[in-house]
Amino acid sequence: MASGQDQYILEMRSISKAFVGVQALSDVDFFLKKGTVHALMGENGAGKSTLMKILTGMYHEDSGDVMYQGEPFKHRSELLTLHRGISMIHQELSYVPELTIADNIFLGREVSHLGILDTAEMNRRAEELLDKLNVKFDPKRKMSDLMVSEQQMIEIAKAISYDANIIIMDEPTSAITDREIDQLFGMIKDLKGRGVSIIYISHKMDEILRIADYVTVFRDGKNVNSYDAKDIDIGTIIRDMVGRDLVDVFSEKKCALGEEVLRVENFSRVPHFKDVSFSVHRGEIVGFAGLMGAGRTEIMRCLFGMDKPDSGEIYIKGEKVDIDSPRSAIGRSIGFVSEDRKGVGLVLPLSVRDNITLSSLSRLFKSFLLKGKQENAVADEIITKMRIKTPNRYQCVNNLSGGNQQKVVIGKAVLEGAEILIMDEPTRGIDIGTKSEIYKLIVDLAEQGNAVILVSSELPELVGLSDKVVVLHEGEQTGVIAEKRDISQESIMELAIA
Amino acid sequence: MNNIERNNIGGLFRVVFRKYAILLALIILMLVLSIMTDKFMTQDNLINILRQISVIAILAMAATFVIITGGIDLSCGSLLALCGVVFAMYARGEESGADPIYPLIIPIVIAVVIGLTFGALNGVLVSVLKLAPFIVTLGTMTIARGTALLISNGRPISDMSGPWKDFGKNGVGIFPYLVIVMIVAFIITAIVLNKTKYGRYLYAIGGNEEAARASGIRTLWVKLSVYVLAGGLVAVAGILQATRMTVGQPNVGSGYELQAISAVVIGGTSLSGGTGAMWGTLVGAVIIGVLNNGLDLMGVSSFWQQIVSGIIIIAAVLLDIVNKKSK
Repeated sequence: MASGQDQYILEMRSISKAFVGVQALSDVDFFLKKGTVHALMGENGAGKSTLMKILTGMYHEDSGDVMYQGEPFKHRSELLTLHRGISMIHQELSYVPELTIADNIFLGREVSHLGILDTAEMNRRAEELLDKLNVKFDPKRKMSDLMVSEQQMIEIAKAISYDANIIIMDEPTSAITDREIDQLFGMIKDLKGRGVSIIYISHKMDEILRIADYVTVFRDGKNVNSYDAKDIDIGTIIRDMVGRDLVDVFSEKKCALGEEVLRVENFSRVPHFKDVSFSVHRGEIVGFAGLMGAGRTEIMRCLFGMDKPDSGEIYIKGEKVDIDSPRSAIGRSIGFVSEDRKGVGLVLPLSVRDNITLSSLSRLFKSFLLKGKQENAVADEIITKMRIKTPNRYQCVNNLSGGNQQKVVIGKAVLEGAEILIMDEPTRGIDIGTKSEIYKLIVDLAEQGNAVILVSSELPELVGLSDKVVVLHEGEQTGVIAEKRDISQESIMELAIA
Repeated sequence: MNNIERNNIGGLFRVVFRKYAILLALIILMLVLSIMTDKFMTQDNLINILRQISVIAILAMAATFVIITGGIDLSCGSLLALCGVVFAMYARGEESGADPIYPLIIPIVIAVVIGLTFGALNGVLVSVLKLAPFIVTLGTMTIARGTALLISNGRPISDMSGPWKDFGKNGVGIFPYLVIVMIVAFIITAIVLNKTKYGRYLYAIGGNEEAARASGIRTLWVKLSVYVLAGGLVAVAGILQATRMTVGQPNVGSGYELQAISAVVIGGTSLSGGTGAMWGTLVGAVIIGVLNNGLDLMGVSSFWQQIVSGIIIIAAVLLDIVNKKSK
């Protein structure tokens, strides 16, 4: 293969992929040049991660061609692509917590002599590798003893250590500090110089403009445009990413605010968040903004009794209350739609009906026995009301699409009769059609006189729905945008970066 | 693969087949055995099979509750022996078959209290102190066995009084009491599992404990209580075992815990928790009983029977996994 800047190391043509009910990618093209950094941008669910998972062989394309180093590359598997020089740093870190740093880096390709591990050699090489990244860790330390940002650096080191031709970085900076970002970017420049190509997935515009040579923007499973990074500005990218009239997506809320239902004062759980105070009224949607690690989810978990705050007071309808468990939160008519749909929101092996009614059983049935007909009726009502697409109420909830699963979680909170609804990232990983349905639901719930707390990382969502936005930065409340007309992506960002 | 397919007849058939595959396996097994041997399909033999499985079946029902929450109970075989010994001590007459020394209810109450107490011990260690159920019940398994040997001096407790001595062999019509107790236990446990809030909570905890807690379920108490409930059922099984043998035998029941778990697994309950059904467990216990009986009738050695039982367990789990994958 001839080398040189203009040579494509990777060509992906007309890639399509569908999951149950959702066209994740349709007819996507992606070309990567040798020795360049190519950024992939797009909203959640736009198809960036799916394309990368197809490249690495985790998923298989329904149609399309992949050319790697000038030759067709079919029948890819994760192991094979790794050996052929394509490695990926996943958004969710994947490591073995009880093994050491060196063990993790060399997992699956340990250095050994006659089957006996050469630990000293692996430690030496790991140290060398970490030195290159300018991070000083003892490679003999256990992975579980490190902080998340440190773990992420190890993952990056591991990906680099494969002598890859292509390194895919999926949100590599989501959990690391500015100093470490600088180190990472230094490393990326170094890799580029050695002819390695980087596919860089990120939401952070400033990072993209700093290091990318090319930018490809995705929207709704299609690639919209590819640019030379020199020729573009943030405005173009945003227009491509959003690409639709935001006004159409969000329905307008037509109701006045009622009395105060919830007030939180000086809420703290160190080191996650400190001195957070806010109030929510009937009919109001209060947005919570902040970058990852700002402490938003942690606040909501404490408010719902999942974790214990160190200090602070909660008032519901003016009365000071003590919430020490989800049970007492539900009893105070607080409903929680967790960002962790599969971990907290749903019991996956159970049916749609069983999930919907789970938190309402003790309210619905006073006696020990369940009444099948009545339970079916309330479940069906929620299925209809939430427009959950399921063949029947007995369908295992694990078989539903993400959007429909989310509707089950929301329906569950609605059935509880919750008046204060906490929605933590309610549209994460959900296709755009279902998204607007969920927006409509949120607005409806507010119009019915409920108080809604909306935690979201998607700024358009916060701007489009919130009456008021509380902004956090690393656990500190950096501001409250109290007037709807002052809420904009820029005003939120300003406070979130703080 | 998708929702549309599940709506058509073929999809429906597959769902039904998947759910009742184990029942189908039992029916085929019984058909084969009735062709290969004359004695199998006789009333006496079938009743005899049910009698033989009654103790294991009740242990398996207890195990089903625990396993659905994602736990495991290894102590049930030993606890069965302890409850049987205690029962026999208070079910005695002056001599074998004589009038009872204590009122009939006394041995039952004491045995059940012992069962519940050990269950509570398991429950507290697993639920409150958050120890691994495997380790906890491995410990209590040994403790219960030691206690049974200690209070009986390692010797069988004999001289069971008349009414209790008769209980093990008599019955109503063609049905022995042992089988009746098993069927009643099955009906009650199946109702608890399917038709009560408590049963639903067990599934929820096994399926996702964090989500169960977030749904307002008192997971701590439910998990604790499931071991207590299991302990009570084990006591019932221990009483049946003692009356069946007309003696309280401190060494009895070793390995029963594994047979019980086998029945549960053959019946389609997943060891990882959250799924399963009581009827499956009963069918699982019947399959084990029918298989042993059939092999007996065909003159196959008991050593071979063990090998076949092992194969059946692995085949059942394999079937389950293939089913799940074909989804």
